[in-house]
Parts: sequence; structure tokens; C-alpha cells
Amino acid sequence: MRSSSPGMRHVYGWLLLTPAAILLIAFTHYPTIATLIDSFFSKSSAIRPSRFIGAGNYEAMLEDPIFWKVLFNNLWFALGTIPTSVAIAIVMALLVNRSLPGQGFLRMAYFTPTILPMIAVANIWLFFYTPEIGLIDQILQGLGFSGHNWLGDPDTVLGAVIVMTVWKEAGFFMIFYLAALQHLPKELEEAAKLEGASRWYFFWRVTFPLLMPTTLFVLINAVLNSFKLVDHLFVLTKGGPDNASNLLLYYIYENAFSYFDPNYASTLTVVLLALLAILALLQFFLFDRRIHYR
Amino acid sequence: MFKRLKKFATGFALTAGVCFASALAYAQTELTMYYPVAVGGPLTKIVDGIVDDFMKENPDIKVSAIYAGNYNDARIKALAALKSGQPAQLSVMFSIDIYELIEQDAIIAFDDIVSTTEDKAWLDSFYPTLMENGRTAGKTWGIPFQRSTIVMYYNKDAFREAGLDPNKPPATWDELVEAGKKLTASDGSKWGMMIPSTGYPYWMFGALSMQNDQVLMSGSGDKTFFDAAGTVDALQFWKDLGSKHKVMPEGTIEWGTLRQNFLEGKTAIMWHSTGNLTTVKNKARFDFGVAMLPANKRRGTPTGGGNFYIFKQTSEPERVAAMKLIKFMTSPERSAEWSIKTGYMGVSPAAYQTSQLKDYVVDFPYAAVARDQLNYATAELSTFQTGRIRKALDDAIQAALTGAKSPETALKEAQSTADRLLRSYR
Repeated sequence: MRSSSPGMRHVYGWLLLTPAAILLIAFTHYPTIATLIDSFFSKSSAIRPSRFIGAGNYEAMLEDPIFWKVLFNNLWFALGTIPTSVAIAIVMALLVNRSLPGQGFLRMAYFTPTILPMIAVANIWLFFYTPEIGLIDQILQGLGFSGHNWLGDPDTVLGAVIVMTVWKEAGFFMIFYLAALQHLPKELEEAAKLEGASRWYFFWRVTFPLLMPTTLFVLINAVLNSFKLVDHLFVLTKGGPDNASNLLLYYIYENAFSYFDPNYASTLTVVLLALLAILALLQFFLFDRRIHYR
Repeated sequence: MFKRLKKFATGFALTAGVCFASALAYAQTELTMYYPVAVGGPLTKIVDGIVDDFMKENPDIKVSAIYAGNYNDARIKALAALKSGQPAQLSVMFSIDIYELIEQDAIIAFDDIVSTTEDKAWLDSFYPTLMENGRTAGKTWGIPFQRSTIVMYYNKDAFREAGLDPNKPPATWDELVEAGKKLTASDGSKWGMMIPSTGYPYWMFGALSMQNDQVLMSGSGDKTFFDAAGTVDALQFWKDLGSKHKVMPEGTIEWGTLRQNFLEGKTAIMWHSTGNLTTVKNKARFDFGVAMLPANKRRGTPTGGGNFYIFKQTSEPERVAAMKLIKFMTSPERSAEWSIKTGYMGVSPAAYQTSQLKDYVVDFPYAAVARDQLNYATAELSTFQTGRIRKALDDAIQAALTGAKSPETALKEAQSTADRLLRSYR
């Protein structure tokens, strides 16, 4: 099948690229541009057709108190989930990387939350958090504390969602760390032992720096996830009470499908896209110099 | 570019559709129907059963009934199908979606389909209160199907333990608070009552405000009364149940797990949709009762639930077939069967005249509570821009219940949001 003429090889190359390019354009580039265009138009209905309103949607967004609330919620959610889940992931990976009795079982146990669908997880935790009959309250009551309405109190609801998300995410990130740990050369550890380095010193000076490429990958994923996770809100809180647990993507969904305002939803989506792009770029530039690639 | 693509796609779909349809034209009319389920229990099986019966009686009509999630999901799926050019012909959707559907130009009024005097009489055969949410601008857009009111479920055993008369459920707000105090255990293991405030808070609030003799919106769907004195007092009372009288947990109460709370005896009273009745009946391991909601200035509850709608993008034979199906599913016999199996109310007086439902009510009088309560009922909150306005009210209710804002401030804000959204419709 190999063609010798350079012209044919170009054609061949393009043909190979075509399927991926079509998918990329149809599902990534076209929707992105369409979203941007839609955000400059007003909501359409049968009675009043959509018209160009320039930055009107963006002005409305800046004046929308729910938008600001949702944005700050999302930042707290990111701050609450990312460092915790990454730290727990490293600890879990270090634990199951050693040879322990029941190691396989332990690895599986840590990874289980990840393979469960988010809706199922949320349903399980809904009953954990339920006042009076929920697992958490039953344990608290058994210990003599009074229960708490975790999802019904605006002060605790976001925290409750964060805890569940960390539980779900940490196992997923653990897998990457575990894979990275198993590729670390054994000689380093042996050398460190000969030199009399403590475990702690060895972790900070050798293991952790060598894990940096994995950390960058995991961090970018974690940031994306913290803006992408939304399924659990449908089950747990519907963004309530009074928007205390509402996140950006859920608010986009509400606007698009509950209020039938795809144009305002597009506006919010543009903000989300810009935010994610900035965060990803920042991470690349900040971390790139500090990463030791082998 | 996109337009051309769309044209091409519709053209292709049309050609394919025409070929397919002409092959079947003489044989069958095909109907696609979406329907939602908003309460627990095996409701999909019951719907499928009724639809199967219909197809047995009408072999020339093929119905695919598609379960489409909760009310919100059902509307989204139906409208998405409509926009993609593969519309359903009819759907059960939230009764309060009416203005949104009209504004989207998605549905056709039943008055424009019925022609015979018999059909016109059929339109008037349902309970008028149930028709309130289906009628606006002088036309009928929705036919009641899975309709409910809020009823008060109470645990008779708990009443006995607390020294209350199990056959005398609280009939006023004062009696409710009084009974609630007796039913609440001081260690917090048992509560007097629970009113859910997630999922559909505005619905529960419609009951409270009406009991305070104040409706939430005008019949034309362009005006709300969120900051009226009666409304504010009603929200204050709801909040007081938790924070002042301590007969209900503070904060918000989950719609989805409330029934479980009631069944486990953690609350002696719950306000919930009558659509839960049969499940509670089957699962309660204690003696329970069902009563009308208590009164303050008067009794009151909003109706709730789903109506049948016929979409505009339908052919003449499809409309005829859809009408047949709707008539079948809302006929007195089927309505009675549906009511017995779920707890939703029979939609017409004739349903309660069937021997089936008559016997059932004699045996289980609570099956008639929702119907009797219709005498005091009003339409559910439904306006233009309904999603946003409902959300503004939901947020206000939750802000007040969690103590973030006073009921008055919260409702004033909700009203000004509603005013802003509705200005252009007046």
C-alpha cells in the first residue's frame, strides 16, 4: 500500500487525519464558536425571535447575583477538593505501593469509588447525609451528639458536597500515582538507605520531585473536574438551599434547560471556557520549570 | 454552513420518513409519548400496562410510551425531540409548563382539535379545579392525568403514644403546632412534622399561602403576589415551625427522603403528594392516616402533577389517534385503575362513580382525601418565564427557612425579580 510519489503521500496523510479532524471540528471547534456567537444574541421564542444584542448578556451576567454566588461557590469547591484529593491520593498510593498483606484488596477498596457512577454515589451519600435516618447522624447520635441537617444548612452543604467529591476523586488520582511510583528506579531508594536518609527526607527530596509530571497531569485533571462535576448536584441538592451549593456548570444547565435561555447559558459557558483555559495555561507555565522530566 | 447542513439533514430525514410512513400509512398510526414520574413506586409498569391495553383495543395505533425522568427532564426531552425534527405527538408534562409550551409554540389547544359536541362535553367532564392549570387565554391546552394535591400523612400510633386522638388530625395551624409539640421528642429522635423544602418548595408554599387566604399568582400568568402580607405571614409560619415552635427540623427538608423518614417513624406528620399514597399504604408498618391540610384563614392546597399535551407538529391522523389515547387513559375506568394503583386522584367525578373506585374508597377512605380537598384547591404556581420565577420563589423560601434572610426581605426580592421578568407580558 505504500506509495512512492510525495504527492500521494500527502493525500494519504490527510486521509489518515480526516476522521479525527472531523470529530474534533464537529464536537469541539464548531460548538465553541457557535456558543460564542450565541452569547451575543437574545433568547428566542416563537413570539419574539432572537436578535443581536451585543454584550447585553454579559452585562446582565455581571449584574446577576446568582452568577457571582455560583462563581465563588465553584472557587471554594475547587479549593476544597483539589489539594485534599491530590494529597490523599499520594498517601494512598504510597500505602498500597508497599508490599502488605491484602494489598490487592486494599488497592481495589481505594479504587472502588471511582468506578461507581456519580449518580449512584450521590444517591448513597444522600442517605448518609439525611438528617435523623442517615448514616452520619446515626453514628453521631450513637456517640451522644445531636444530628445535623448537612444538606439543608447553607453553611455545611458545600462542605458536604466537597467531602463526597474528595471521596470519589482521590481513588482515581491514586491510580496515576501508583503507576508513577512503580516506575521509580529502585536504586534510588537503595542509595538513600545506604546514605542513611530518613523516609521523610527521601520522600520530599526524591520521590515527590520525581512525581511532579504526574502531579501536573493530576492537577490539570482535578481543576477540570472541579468545574465539570455536576451530576451529583441533581441528586443531592439541586444547587440549594438558596444556591448555597450551586456550581457554574449546574447553573448553565438550569439556564439552558429549565429556563430555556440557551443564549444566557452560552454566555456563562464562554466564561467557563475562558476560566478553564486560563487555569490550564497558568498551571503549565508555573509548573513547567519545576518539573523534572526523565 | 450550519443552515445548509440542517436543511440537508431535515431533507434527508423527511425523505426517509416519507418512505417509511407510506409503507405503514394504511396499517398503523404511530405515536410517541413521553411521560414523567415524580414520586416513588413502580409507576412506569402501570403506565406501560395501560398503554398495552390501549393497543390491544386499537390495533391500528402503535404507541411507544417513553419514561422521561422527572417533570423537568420530560419537558426537556420532549422539546429537544421537537427541535431535532423528530417530535413526539403527545406527552404528559408538568401541568405548570403550559405558558412555556405556548410561548415555544409547541402545543395545540384541544379546542382546535375537537369538533363534535360529544368531544366538547368530554372537555368539561373533568374536575374544574384540575382544569385551571390547563386553561388560559380562553382555551384548553392540557388534559389532567396524573394529578395530585398535597395531603397530610400522619402516624396514628405516634398520635396514640403522645396522647392525641388518632382519629382527629389537626385541622388548624394552632392545632398543628399543639399536636406537633406533643409529638416531638425532646432528644431530637422524633419530630412532630416535616414539610419538604427541596424539589418543589413553591408547591408546598402554595398550600401555606392559600391557607392564609392569599394565592401566589394571577390566572393570566403575568402577575405574582409574593410580597403580599398573607404570603409573608405564611412563610413566617413555615419558618416558625422549625425555629420557634421546634416541631420541625430547622433548615431545608429533603423531598426525596421524606417518605422514608415518615415510614421509619422519624416524623409523625408529613405533607406530601397524594401520589405517594399507595406506596405508603404498602410499606407502612404502623397505623397511618391521611387528612386534608389544616386551615388558618381557610383550607387550601395547590393541585399538582401532570397533564396531557398534544404537540403542534402533528398530522391530522396523529391528532385523532392521540385524542383516542388520551380519552382512553383518562376514561373513568382507567382513571380509577390509575388512582388505585398510585394514589393520584381520579380526574373526573365519573371515575369515582365506577364500581372499582367506589369499592376501593369504601375499603380505604383515604383514597378520597385528595379529591375531597379539591373543594379548597387552587392552581399550582404557573406563570410566563415560569422556570426563573419559580426558582426566585424557591430561593426565597430556602433563604428564609435557613435563616439567611427574613421572610419579608426574601419575598420582596423574589417579587421584584418576578416583576422584572413579567413586565413585558402585561
